[in-house]
Amino acid sequence: MSPAHARQPGHGQQRGNGRTGLISRLTAGWHESDRPASLHEHARRYGELPPVHRGRVGGHDLIEQVTAAGLTGRGGAGFPTGTKMHAVAARRGPAVLVANGMESEPASGKDQALLGRAPHLVLDGIELAAAAVGATTAYLCLPRSRAWLADIADAAIRERQHAGIDTVPAEVRELPHNYVSSEETSLVHWLNGGEARPTATPPRPFERGVRKRPTLIDNVETLAHVALIARYGPSWFGEAGHADSPGTMLATVTGAVAEPGIYEIAGGTLVGDVLMAARAGAGVEAVLVGGYFGSWHPVSQVASLPFTRSGLARAGAAPGAGVLFALPPGGCGLVEAARILRYLSDESAQQCGPCMFGLPAIADDLTQLAAGRPDGDPLERLGRRFRQISGRGACRHPDGAVRMAASALSAFAADAHAHSRRRPCIAAHRGRPRTMLLPVPQPATEGAWR
Amino acid sequence: MTLRLEVNPIACTAHGLCADLVPELIQLDEWGYPMLADSVPYHLEAHARRAVSNCPTLALRLTRVRARRDNRKAS
Repeated sequence: MSPAHARQPGHGQQRGNGRTGLISRLTAGWHESDRPASLHEHARRYGELPPVHRGRVGGHDLIEQVTAAGLTGRGGAGFPTGTKMHAVAARRGPAVLVANGMESEPASGKDQALLGRAPHLVLDGIELAAAAVGATTAYLCLPRSRAWLADIADAAIRERQHAGIDTVPAEVRELPHNYVSSEETSLVHWLNGGEARPTATPPRPFERGVRKRPTLIDNVETLAHVALIARYGPSWFGEAGHADSPGTMLATVTGAVAEPGIYEIAGGTLVGDVLMAARAGAGVEAVLVGGYFGSWHPVSQVASLPFTRSGLARAGAAPGAGVLFALPPGGCGLVEAARILRYLSDESAQQCGPCMFGLPAIADDLTQLAAGRPDGDPLERLGRRFRQISGRGACRHPDGAVRMAASALSAFAADAHAHSRRRPCIAAHRGRPRTMLLPVPQPATEGAWR
Repeated sequence: MTLRLEVNPIACTAHGLCADLVPELIQLDEWGYPMLADSVPYHLEAHARRAVSNCPTLALRLTRVRARRDNRKAS
């Protein structure tokens, strides 16, 4: 039986092509135990790994299946997975597969949860995708700071070796844990013996990546979906979700919610429904959508929009890696934005001028503004600096930071104007505590790039 | 076909020579890094080439682009 039918009761609704709401596919059985599923449990839950021969699974071309399913990358960029697989498979010579389990986004926890609970789903996806694109080597990249995750992955890989099921066994690699180290070109650079920092493109990894070979890099959740599409087919995949965002996705919901955690939702589920599933407090007025590279919005602006790329685009937002953070009523969005920006500035790879100098500058501006102690006109200065910094780095780090900062100024426009006139925080003015809420990890130690 | 200036932001170390050589196409931001015009008109081509060949870190280059840039294949 496919796990689509194991969805949790209450939230599923028919809307457009497939069901929306909470659906358990990747998360099937997570509530049964808090240990990683063994190979035996995994096979009982999803069935055996279908045999792959010359890129075909059960008589179907896997890349065509993935393309037909409409699967998009779950790491944040949302690029069509089938197109990416095809681009790698079409290149000459043996390819390399890289499973990206770095999850450096501090407000996201879904990849860790997935690898921690269902490692074999990801490892199935690695084996299948490697076979489909002609990869002879596969790496599973994890941050060095999460040794427990590497232990789980290693144990699962040993189990599979014992059972003799993989033709391209995944090799775990533990990388330095910096925000930009999860970027595709950072992974390639590090696997080639360099530092885990982004490099200038082209060439892009699918052209010339690890050891100059065509390299497919996919997020671990994306690969888990590949494992299910190979088993149940593209039409099953589309039984959940809208036509423009088929299947399910993992979302991390935190902040002012009674039940923070990882939720598996069908594509097209409304932001308001996701917040309700996590039992967001009634007083929540603003949310951070998409993570630290995401954007702040009044709840009223996004609640009735689907939590998808196309749906959120109407509000100028994007789901990123599926992050929602509900700002508690007592919190100041500008304080949070300033803290995130300081973190992102510290996490710059210090390679490109506009990022190296621009991010600290806007972090200073935002900090002054949030504290109600502006020097000159910080709003005018921020507007000018946003325009100067955007699009001028080798990677998207400065763009993401600018986007988050700019969205905070518009979502908290009243606060920003009050602060820029040296008036205290409106949230604080109401006599509520000004709290610091979002997790801001300690910056990586100097030089920890190798 | 039009010409376009591109900078490798990792190689660039803000010498600023390029902005002196072709200020019509290159302005420096407040930290001294170049901000480039979208395309190079024919009458400034020679100046743009001079800026490229004088960049101390070889960070600047001229590329030929079709009028509309193709969408990249994979991200």
